[in-house]
Amino acid sequence: MAALEEGFTLTAVPLGSGPDGPLGVEQSDKTDQFLVTDSGRTVILYKVSDQKPLGSWSVKQGQIITCPAVCNFQTGEYIVVHDNKVLRIWSNEDVNLDKVFKATLSAEVYRIHSIQGTEPLVLFKEGAIRGLEALLAEPQQKIETVISDEEVIKWTKFFMVFRHPVLIFITEKHGNYFAYVQKFNSRILSKYTLLLGQEEKSAAQSFSASVYRKFISLMSLSSDGCVYETLIPIHPSDPEKNQKIVRSLLLKSVVSGSARSGVALTILDQDHVAVLGPPLSASKECLSIWNTKFQTLQASKELPQGTSGQLWYHGENLFMLHGKFLTVIPYKCEVSSLAGALGKLKHSQDPDIHAMTHFVNWETSQGYGLGSENSEQSKRIPNQFTEFQLRRRKIEASVQPEVPPSTQLLAAVQKDSEKHIEVELRKFLAVKRTPDFHTIIGDVVIGLLGRYKAEPSFYPRNCLMQLIQTCVLSYSLCPGLMEFALEKTDVQILQLCLQQFPDIPESVTCACLKIFLSIGDDSLQETDINMESVSDYTAIIQDGEIEEQTEILQNGFNPEEDNCENCAQELTEKPQAAAEESTSCPVTGKRAALLNAILHSAYSETFLLPHLKDIPAQHITLFLQYLYFLYLKCSENATMTLPGIHPPTLNQIMDWICLLLDANFTVVVMLPEAKRLLLSLYKFVKSQISICSELNKIEVSFRELQKLNQEKTNRELYSIEVLELF
Amino acid sequence: MWGRGGERRAPRVASPSAGMGEFKVHRVRFFNYVPSGIRCVAYNNQSNRLAVSRTDGTVEIYNLSANYFQEKFFPGHESRATEALCWANGQRLFSAGLNGEIIEYDLQALNIKYAMDAFGGPIWSMAASPNGSQLLVSKQLLVGCEDGSVKLFQITPDKIQFERNFDRQKSRILSLSWHPAGTHIAAGSIDYISVFDVKSGSAIHKMLVDRQYMGVSKRKCIIWGVAFLSDGTVISVDSAGKVQFWDSATGTLVKNHLIANADVQSIAISDQEDSFVVGTAEGTVFHFQLVSVTSNSSEKRWVRTKPFQHHTHDVRAVAHSPIALISGGTDTHLVIRPLMEKVEVKNYDAALRKITFPHRRLVSCAKKKQLLLFQFAHHLELWRLGSTVATGKNGDTLPLSKNADHLLHLKTKGPENIICSCISPCGSWIAYSTASRFFLYRLNYDHDNINLQRVSKMPAFLRSALQILFSEDSAKLFVASNQGSLHVIRLLEGSFKHLHTFQPQSGTVESMCLLAVSPDGNWLAASGTSAGVHVYNVKQLKLHCTVPAYNFPVTALAIAPNTNNLVIAHSDQQVFEYSIPDKQYTQWSRTIQKQGFHHLWLQRDTPITHISFHPKRPMHILLHDAYMFCIIDKSLPLPNDKTLLYNPLPPTNESDIIRRRTAHAFKISKKYKPLLFMDLLDERTLVAVERPLDDIIAQLPPPIKKKKFGT
Repeated sequence: MAALEEGFTLTAVPLGSGPDGPLGVEQSDKTDQFLVTDSGRTVILYKVSDQKPLGSWSVKQGQIITCPAVCNFQTGEYIVVHDNKVLRIWSNEDVNLDKVFKATLSAEVYRIHSIQGTEPLVLFKEGAIRGLEALLAEPQQKIETVISDEEVIKWTKFFMVFRHPVLIFITEKHGNYFAYVQKFNSRILSKYTLLLGQEEKSAAQSFSASVYRKFISLMSLSSDGCVYETLIPIHPSDPEKNQKIVRSLLLKSVVSGSARSGVALTILDQDHVAVLGPPLSASKECLSIWNTKFQTLQASKELPQGTSGQLWYHGENLFMLHGKFLTVIPYKCEVSSLAGALGKLKHSQDPDIHAMTHFVNWETSQGYGLGSENSEQSKRIPNQFTEFQLRRRKIEASVQPEVPPSTQLLAAVQKDSEKHIEVELRKFLAVKRTPDFHTIIGDVVIGLLGRYKAEPSFYPRNCLMQLIQTCVLSYSLCPGLMEFALEKTDVQILQLCLQQFPDIPESVTCACLKIFLSIGDDSLQETDINMESVSDYTAIIQDGEIEEQTEILQNGFNPEEDNCENCAQELTEKPQAAAEESTSCPVTGKRAALLNAILHSAYSETFLLPHLKDIPAQHITLFLQYLYFLYLKCSENATMTLPGIHPPTLNQIMDWICLLLDANFTVVVMLPEAKRLLLSLYKFVKSQISICSELNKIEVSFRELQKLNQEKTNRELYSIEVLELF
Repeated sequence: MWGRGGERRAPRVASPSAGMGEFKVHRVRFFNYVPSGIRCVAYNNQSNRLAVSRTDGTVEIYNLSANYFQEKFFPGHESRATEALCWANGQRLFSAGLNGEIIEYDLQALNIKYAMDAFGGPIWSMAASPNGSQLLVSKQLLVGCEDGSVKLFQITPDKIQFERNFDRQKSRILSLSWHPAGTHIAAGSIDYISVFDVKSGSAIHKMLVDRQYMGVSKRKCIIWGVAFLSDGTVISVDSAGKVQFWDSATGTLVKNHLIANADVQSIAISDQEDSFVVGTAEGTVFHFQLVSVTSNSSEKRWVRTKPFQHHTHDVRAVAHSPIALISGGTDTHLVIRPLMEKVEVKNYDAALRKITFPHRRLVSCAKKKQLLLFQFAHHLELWRLGSTVATGKNGDTLPLSKNADHLLHLKTKGPENIICSCISPCGSWIAYSTASRFFLYRLNYDHDNINLQRVSKMPAFLRSALQILFSEDSAKLFVASNQGSLHVIRLLEGSFKHLHTFQPQSGTVESMCLLAVSPDGNWLAASGTSAGVHVYNVKQLKLHCTVPAYNFPVTALAIAPNTNNLVIAHSDQQVFEYSIPDKQYTQWSRTIQKQGFHHLWLQRDTPITHISFHPKRPMHILLHDAYMFCIIDKSLPLPNDKTLLYNPLPPTNESDIIRRRTAHAFKISKKYKPLLFMDLLDERTLVAVERPLDDIIAQLPPPIKKKKFGT
């Protein structure tokens, strides 16, 4: 996130410059010190952090400085040109500019460029370039003319590209712009014609350039208020030829198109530009930092007293004339991420933030609340983009969907055929997920259900299945869905819902349980149920399924055996039968899968218990038998787990047994067929209690052992070891 | 780019392929340091700072904006057990404790501004009047005392002034909370909560709390915490494990949550009053949120949303910052648990933090004599390292020919905690300071006997030091006092001479907390908590330059031998190298700033607490935090985000060794942790002082026992 800090004026006394503002602000060889050249006769050296001048030099009355003073970083001296041709070089100790070194040149100088690591360069108005050393050796040497008549240099910049100096300057002739790139390692001057493209009328007003890999990225701020980017190759394929280069739109309408003057542009880093000028609506001038990567406004500061339309930046400071004062505004540009670029816009689509949404948000994850807010939010972001009308032209076509697929889908739900809805849905699911994805899914489900209510022949089963499997739905997001499935006794959808929804009310869970227990085996046979959770013990079920089950029922249904002792006796008498019983599942595989879905679902005891009381006794017994079977399966191995993918856990099984017994104890106690079951459960609980008490007894010993163990490893308070770092 | 600027590049001694080489590491685990338990935490929204008080009376200030750096601390005092801590009137910090005193801290000079007796016996609770209350002209402070009185103090610009008593209650006032409008207060006592009208000072309601605990009537029900909401709801937490909601207008119980089998000891509410946090004696922290009953409905209900178990012992104190839940307790950890829904960007704020060790050095080392000085709250220990004649390869533990010796146990006089201590490099001087006295000792070694001699008659200005440092030749002593001045003292055999005092920059009162001296003794660098680092010329006794201020506080400083480059580590994990002679950042520093540190380096969550240099390899910088130490080889390329910063696996073959050695500049080892101190004794020897967490836990009182099996 880029930010403009509080600015400060550099000069307490207004600069003696006219409305044109200073000629330039240049860095000196010491950090924090800058040379400010006004458009009259004075050069002042400022220490910016102290906001005070360190030195000031003036040319004689009648002379006028024509080119901003620069510092020769190799010698620490300062160079200035006055009256176009007279070069002066002085150092910090000199007081009077009249008495310092002077060289009169044979041609008019446009600018002197000096950057660290190389000698200063002199650019003449005619386009010729000389190194300072070479020029001073023979000041009166003939300077050739490079650019044509009436061609005027508009702007120039000097870079180091891979340690080689490169100078670029822009000229204008009759509204046409040309760029010249001079490389000093090869002494090649390449000329380019800048094509303005469609925006013929707009004249470039301010330029800035930076080096980006093998290109010079030249940005220009046009009179239509847009920023254009031109890429000029540093190593042209055919340097001799006059090449044409096209500019592309980078940022739209960053300043008011009507602003004739007072606009300036500076590249701050790879992704940020600073723009000076009046923005669209406000008439006051503004300094703003834009992120070009994400095309967002990062920071803005109003300059009510007006500026001269000049902007310099050095290090982390932006210099400009504000009113009559030279103002310094420090800025900060951090590496641009989308989150940072969107700045204050919440819920941006940064992948990091996406990861965050996995955390349960209690304040917003409640169905609609989040949904509507989010969808508004996501709609707002593109709106904001269009508001500013900043869309990179290159990507414009690709990111302009006519209608978002979600709206299309919602429209389709209302009227189209089931097939068509399926196609639309697939299209929608293929698109990357937006933050409001789950609310749209919820809306679609509600739409489908609404339509089903209106025309009962419409039964979009496949669509619903697909929607549930997106894993974003919850019961509260589509309250009617499970009721609908219950009504249709669509166990497959119910199973899916139980697996996916985190917030099913206990009454609905119980209704599902009732259906799962009562549905006929033949109708189950036809359905396509996910059997993942029962993978391993299905084999056993296949063997002796229904006969075994009935046998148990018959065994249990014996009115003579109705006291417990007998029951226990029977158990001991028939160990064979008991063993057999334990290995056979009382329900079919498909039913088992459905019941497992119930076991997995979340519930709260207090709310579930009253509903469990409504289940008929024989179903209770069946379910208990199944649970007991699962328990026996569990205790077959040491880890107390069931085989297969995502099987019910021991805790779930035990909890459900307790729940069923709690809810229906009076009924179950009276049922003869449940007697055996109850007895074995009782025995089981008793053994569990004794195990727990034993474990609690030896826990202390365990801890002591653990402590001893720890002490052994941590005994060594001091050692000398060898370490090699790689 | 800055090539001409005068970068003094030292000749390269070791080629990178020669590597970092092997070190013999003295792995020291006998520093028996146990942090004190946390008693109170107070969060200041204005400055995003957290004040933490510990059971020994120490108060620490953490800057949450500066990567949770512990930027200030006030040393503890035996008789000053703090029971309450609060920020008032913006950024003023007050504490109160069982000695019956209210104390204000001077956050600039880092000392106690004044202590004032409240005359109500031990103080159990304190609360400052809420910000922005309309009715109050000036700020007020309430304390709840042992004798059942609630006392109102007026906060004047430089002191506090007793105003009046509220109606006396029959038992001690353990918790207090202001109504956000400042009109009423709730006071938790034993078995009941009182609601007072501030204007009249009379109790308007007395709400009795059920003593029953899981059906069994307990002797007493202590109200450990109360929170007053703007709608008049009072939330209380008590020793019966309940969180209760009361209507203060009618004095009735609205809702009851039984959340623990043990005491609920603390509560903190967010500024928006939409969420609060409670801490229990079982080490659990519960988050409650005000959530809509159904979607779209305006009716909201308090729901217990998230339990966190980051503590093993009592959670004595909790705080609620806008983005995080903060808790601390007897197990000495300060835990900052971010609320993920409030954290928008994945950054430092999104990570769970557990702060256990102080962010300053407690160990100093006399390299030549191989001595270690350990600083405890009330004593110092001097140890001599052992030795070995054996050699070995990477990972070996060498047989000791001589074990480490405990040479000295130096107990402080008086009740005050030690602020800082230092042993001279030659090992013959030890200096330490408490809040009111400075001690200097001369040590004479006579074979195995040590002769300790106190240097008496310390000058009056040497009363309290925030940091002490000896010069490399042990001839000079540098003392940073809490007035911002730096004293330079020449040490002579058995006596001393005051040479000079560097006065703080005019207009600043900030105390210097960190010192570094160059090995040649010419330069002294000093840094406070926020302003830049000042570099003094010790020969000419004048300020040489000031390193530009940086946004984040300095955590460690050191000056490299020969080059006199000042290496500065900041709490945001940035490391700068500044050339003192050239008064500018070095080329290497600029390069690394331009390229940026590796993202994993920046994600570390403990600050660098010590920096040192290799005597023979000027390109190496050694630095460490609590969980790693690193040798930076400046001659090697810097890692970028794609390179592997740290490779825990041992190299597999010869070419892998060479490849890794030359891969990048950061050589990191995480073998020793938690690391309290690490330094180079000589070219081939390191000393690492570790403090395993298990050893600390073993010294804490046992936590509440929970049954593991069955229910």
